[in-house]
Amino acid sequence: MRTLFKTSYDQDIRLFEHSGQVFWYGLLLLALVAAPWWLDAYPLAQLSFVLIYGVVGLGLMVLAGYTGLFSMGHGAFLGVGAYTQALLTAAGWPFFITIPLAGALAAAFGVVVGLPALRVKGIYLAIATLAFCIIVEEGIARWESLTGGNVGLMVQKAQAWGWKVDSEAAFYFLCLVVAVLSTLVVVNLLRSPTGRAFVAVRDSEVSAQCMGIHLARTKTLAFAISAFFTGVGGALYAHKVTYLTPDQFGILQSIDLLLLVTIGGLGSVHGAFLGALFLVTAPQGIAVVKDYLPPAIGQAPGLQQLVYGLVLVAIVLFEPRGLYGRWLKVRTWLQLFPFYRRGLFKRQKSYQKSERLR
Amino acid sequence: MATLQILLSGVAQGCIYGLIALGFVLIYKATETVSFAQGDVMMVGGFAAFLLLNVMGLPLGVALPLAIAGMGLVGWGLERAFIRPVLGQPAFAIVMLTLGLGYIARGAITMLPNIGTDTHALALPYSGPVNLGALVVGLEQLVVIGATLVLCALLYALFRFSRVGIAMQAVSQNQLAAYYMGIPVRRLNGYVWALAAAVAAIAAVLLAPITFVHANMGLIGLKAFPAAVIGGFGSLPGAIVGGVIIGAVEALAGFYLPDGVKDVTAYVLVLVMLMVKPHGLFGERLSKKV
Repeated sequence: MRTLFKTSYDQDIRLFEHSGQVFWYGLLLLALVAAPWWLDAYPLAQLSFVLIYGVVGLGLMVLAGYTGLFSMGHGAFLGVGAYTQALLTAAGWPFFITIPLAGALAAAFGVVVGLPALRVKGIYLAIATLAFCIIVEEGIARWESLTGGNVGLMVQKAQAWGWKVDSEAAFYFLCLVVAVLSTLVVVNLLRSPTGRAFVAVRDSEVSAQCMGIHLARTKTLAFAISAFFTGVGGALYAHKVTYLTPDQFGILQSIDLLLLVTIGGLGSVHGAFLGALFLVTAPQGIAVVKDYLPPAIGQAPGLQQLVYGLVLVAIVLFEPRGLYGRWLKVRTWLQLFPFYRRGLFKRQKSYQKSERLR
Repeated sequence: MATLQILLSGVAQGCIYGLIALGFVLIYKATETVSFAQGDVMMVGGFAAFLLLNVMGLPLGVALPLAIAGMGLVGWGLERAFIRPVLGQPAFAIVMLTLGLGYIARGAITMLPNIGTDTHALALPYSGPVNLGALVVGLEQLVVIGATLVLCALLYALFRFSRVGIAMQAVSQNQLAAYYMGIPVRRLNGYVWALAAAVAAIAAVLLAPITFVHANMGLIGLKAFPAAVIGGFGSLPGAIVGGVIIGAVEALAGFYLPDGVKDVTAYVLVLVMLMVKPHGLFGERLSKKV
């Protein structure tokens, strides 16, 4: 068991709490960098997908997990990023310009969507973002001269000055670099005053306002940052799926992304990647198990939905902090070995009714 | 005349939106949560009616009340098994929970052998066009409008005159105070969920002749959200009015405006509404205490 002695205030906001973390994250990074040499092409491609969804999940995590704003429209930001990337790449722009641009355009959309967020909250915000998502999807489908409409749009390989990202390994490295950079930015953001302001807004808007936090600016910023990362993820997503159609970015995608952050664990950066891991591996796992089930169940088209639904319900009922929360408990149990108490992670109840007094 | 004709079919469609929105509002008022599973509850209701009516061949007068009562039981069970344990958690948790329940319902329905993946027509005795003066109207649309009116009257009577209904109103106004007055708040919440599910089942039966019964019919619930918001999320008459407004505007947009506008009208309408009057037409303004 490790006992941390805090000898300076800087220790509280360090990126790594102790040397053990440096070691394990270093090992993880090493394994990821070496992945093309110890993984086959197919698992590597799936790993790229995990990284892409991880970046998207980070974006939604900033908004839903840390700022407490609930968006059902992130599929649209993903779409904006993906289509921007596809069109700019077709115009011959290098990827290190197009990827940030895809994020920036999505962020601009995010600011626009964030505007109603200043007036409405909770369920109204969910509906506003839902409406936005459906409008964007329809817009993409109807603006045929630009997006190819429902027929779809081929995405060319990313390139920069003659160097083409055409092998699986090269694309994997691109994803890895983007994912690591995004994670660093988000982690740094969250220990900065801005990130603390996000958390304060999540926990209590009124208290945050009393502490001098500009609510409107903070919320808009959260939307912009969240949309930025989702757009960046969308840019990579475009290259990954190579063929874009509007229905990939509809309400179902948005709900999948919410599923990702909830299953991964709201309010944790790890959760974004754990959720991405679930979202990518679950369909494969289901495909494997399918053959062993009776045909009526195994061949039903709704099997995946059923499994997602069951996992989601189980997570909300039994482990509201998601996969990362479960890991925290396991870790704490190991650290405290004989002394773990059941009430250690007890949830505090907060009734909305008490806030609804007139 | 054409406009009137379109308006009428729009209103009929709007009544369906309104009925689903009614379910949202009932649940929202009682438990301060939004059930994203409402559309899928409706879908399950449609299948329940289909099983009783077509597969088992029960007469109409037995099958429909049985389906509606059965769905009420399902709603009560959902509240008991899933919602009650997470009350007191953030609203986000409950939204995700109901989304999950919707997924489960949709997935499970497709697993009914030979039934789940197909589209079905309910064996209802009414269909076909009717002449109303110069208008030609589908009988099923008239039934929708008529049934909605009757249902509204019944609900009004329930909330106005019955003990349970008045207790439900009290709970929705202030749970704590209602509890102090000796109202069994938890049991009433179960009843409200049952009521919402039963209303959804009625909506499914009414909708069945228009869109048929299939596993994805619950997605119409996405259009019922705007209806609930436009009416003001906490208002029962508002839900119906909002639904009718959306249905009518949508039908007119489909006729007069270019292709594709129809699908987004409801959402444009709700965005405008949220900008202009976030609490809806009939909503009450609530401010928060620290």
